[in-house]
Amino acid sequence: MSDLQSPANTTAEGRTTGSKTAEEAPTEATAGADQPTASRRRSLLPQSTLLRHLLVLLLAAVGAVVLLEITDPFTNSQLATLTYYAIAAGGLTVLTGMNGQISLGHGALMAVGAYTTALFLSADEPLPLPLILLAAIVTATAVGALVGVAAARLHGPYLAGATLALAVGLPGLAIYFHDVLGGEQGMRVRAPRAPEAFESFISAVSGNSATNTKWLAYLGAICLLITYFLLANLIRSRIGRTWRAVRDQEVAAELAGINLGAWRVLAFVVSAAAAGLAGGVLALVVRLAAPSGFTLVLSLALLTAIVIGGLGSLLGALLGSALLVFLPPFVTDLGAGWGLDNTEAAQLAPFVYGVVLIVAMIFAPAGVVGTLRMRWLTRQAKRSAAQSSRG
Amino acid sequence: MTAIAAATAASTLAACGGSDDGGGDGGGGGGGDASANEASDIGITEDSIKLGAHFPLTGVAAPGYSEIPTGADAYFDCLNEAGGVNGRTIDYIYRDDAYNPTTTSQVVNQLVLEDEVFAIVGGLGTPTHSAVLDFLNSEGVPDLFVSSGSLLWGADPETNPYTFGWQTDYESEGKIIGEYIAENFPDAKVGLFLQDDDFGEDGEAGIRQYIDDQIVAAERYTPGNTNVGPQIAALQAAGADFVVGFNVPSYTALSQLTALQLGYDPQWFYSNVGSDPTLVGNLLNNFSQGTVSDASLLDGALTTDYLPTVDEPDNPWVQEFQRIWDECGGDGELTNYRIYGMAQAYTTVQALQAAGQNPTRDDLIEAIEIAGGDWEGPVLAPFRYSEESHMGTAGMSISRITGDTTEQVEPVQLTDIGDAPIEDFDGEPAEVPENGIPNEESVMD
Repeated sequence: MSDLQSPANTTAEGRTTGSKTAEEAPTEATAGADQPTASRRRSLLPQSTLLRHLLVLLLAAVGAVVLLEITDPFTNSQLATLTYYAIAAGGLTVLTGMNGQISLGHGALMAVGAYTTALFLSADEPLPLPLILLAAIVTATAVGALVGVAAARLHGPYLAGATLALAVGLPGLAIYFHDVLGGEQGMRVRAPRAPEAFESFISAVSGNSATNTKWLAYLGAICLLITYFLLANLIRSRIGRTWRAVRDQEVAAELAGINLGAWRVLAFVVSAAAAGLAGGVLALVVRLAAPSGFTLVLSLALLTAIVIGGLGSLLGALLGSALLVFLPPFVTDLGAGWGLDNTEAAQLAPFVYGVVLIVAMIFAPAGVVGTLRMRWLTRQAKRSAAQSSRG
Repeated sequence: MTAIAAATAASTLAACGGSDDGGGDGGGGGGGDASANEASDIGITEDSIKLGAHFPLTGVAAPGYSEIPTGADAYFDCLNEAGGVNGRTIDYIYRDDAYNPTTTSQVVNQLVLEDEVFAIVGGLGTPTHSAVLDFLNSEGVPDLFVSSGSLLWGADPETNPYTFGWQTDYESEGKIIGEYIAENFPDAKVGLFLQDDDFGEDGEAGIRQYIDDQIVAAERYTPGNTNVGPQIAALQAAGADFVVGFNVPSYTALSQLTALQLGYDPQWFYSNVGSDPTLVGNLLNNFSQGTVSDASLLDGALTTDYLPTVDEPDNPWVQEFQRIWDECGGDGELTNYRIYGMAQAYTTVQALQAAGQNPTRDDLIEAIEIAGGDWEGPVLAPFRYSEESHMGTAGMSISRITGDTTEQVEPVQLTDIGDAPIEDFDGEPAEVPENGIPNEESVMD
């Protein structure tokens, strides 16, 4: 639970050092802090938040296409895996980083999305894919709203406990209703084949063969970009500011007329929607929705991803997810290269992951993105302080 | 050994030389020597064949199961030292999926797309392997000898033409157990202790074909829930004096401890999966925090076998596997799980030999369909491989656990899924070939 406390503590620190140095000093150490002062400096980007985000979205889309076309098929499949982790982590970082609520139950919400997708796809004539993914989002949102209502009344460890129960209990439903949901071995998912437009798009862009793996990676990337675009806008809007107010100063927020409970539920619902979509993409990429895929380990992995990346930052969530996906195979191969046998090399991966987590806690307590941003803002503040004292 | 190594090196050189002066005209080979080798498909070079597998090496399913690939690895190492298959060494890569289907899909992607293996061999687990079934079949990657007795792997070769089962399926096992009880314990009131998934379901379907009227209770447990008190108490209350368990090893231990607490002492019969005495002994020790120190609780329990086990030190196959483990294995003892891995590796080598000098992936599948039904080896009963069925071995023997050993109480029985009859297997146990390496003729030339 100290994770939750740390942003608040560092915030206080940031504020004191900030007021000492200058007016434009960082007031937030959390990666999620938006700095209108900072963005005003970037004259290259449009003033309007929406336009700016659209521009970033466009650049990211081009970047995604380039990345997917220059990498080999295996990296494509890893990137597809990355997309569903990143979508879920993005939703979780809004909840935890922006609104200060912790959830150990996002794995279960992903399960809801995955099973919804699997059920809709198992129909004789399945609906179009976007509709199915929408259904996954809606179902997970409904479950999230239910949990959110309970969560809004709880704090810190109690909230963690309640969502923990969700993570442990919900996959059990799949075993209880095994006639419909396939029990322990789950429901196999046949991902719809790529449309012809996709094949012609790929051959026009790079001339690579449009494999199913590639199609799923693109599908995940599209979902990821849309999710992050929407979340980024939300964070910069009145809603995002209200969430931060609820997170940082409950009393002040309540005095300002903010209904704490309602805003907490909303944060949970938004975050659940992202988890639902992530679950849907997971079902397509993994080709299976099974209870053993949604254990507590998944929920904890998402939480560590956003902590390592930087709470409240979408970029941090993306980086943290990348670490989840790319670190274990990298370490395993490294271990095998050192002459360890395959079993020992496999056992090395969780160990190194733990070490990375501890190192990140010690040297970058606000996460990678959070710490970098804090450094940058501090330097900016110092420079402007020096300027003002000179002038 | 040195002479063989030198010969391999020489033939490798020859092969490399051959490919240098224009690889196009080398296709007409077909002799038995390595100089006719060419890179005939993904994962095959002139001097190596790359095979991949996924196993739980970490996590809850790792005890026991993580030993299987070490057995296979030792077998392939010894095989490579003796010259490999058609002059090619086996490059065996196994990766950890922690028994999580999401991870299985990632590591199999890695094996197929990055490591570019020729075939996947012995991937373990029903939920885990389900996640990659469609992928392997749509990519056309041979998916040999899945380490699970589910009917998914072999009953429908039209849908999954590249997938083959290996061990006896749970339904056939249930049938053989059912008939044994009907003949030897006609008055027993039978209770079933089942894992609540396909494993328990298929087993129950098989057993009910023979003793439906003798069954007084069928209790199911959910994997992960470690309290089996209600189920065991219900079996006791129903008056069952003969309990058949289709469960994994940890639940063998749990059911034994629970029955001990309840003072319930029926005749136990554990299906093959849940009956490894060494592992169950360790688990019992673990769960009871030292109060029960070995598998003595299992004394007198019945079980099924489709492979020789470590408690038969006189069996020539076990002796050969012991030699291979001593020479090429790593730390630890030879266990039943390692024998399982070696036997699977043995079948794999048979398949590769049958597929000919320069096999493609499709050749390998065709060779197993043509010749697989006739292969002999450590597995007690023949496989059912044909164009119509990709099911693994069809037979099992029944034995009683007594102390550290087992004694056979019923010889090998043969059957198949559905209403196929059960017959005595009249074949002789296969002889161990030299070095434990099979010698199958190519059926593809």
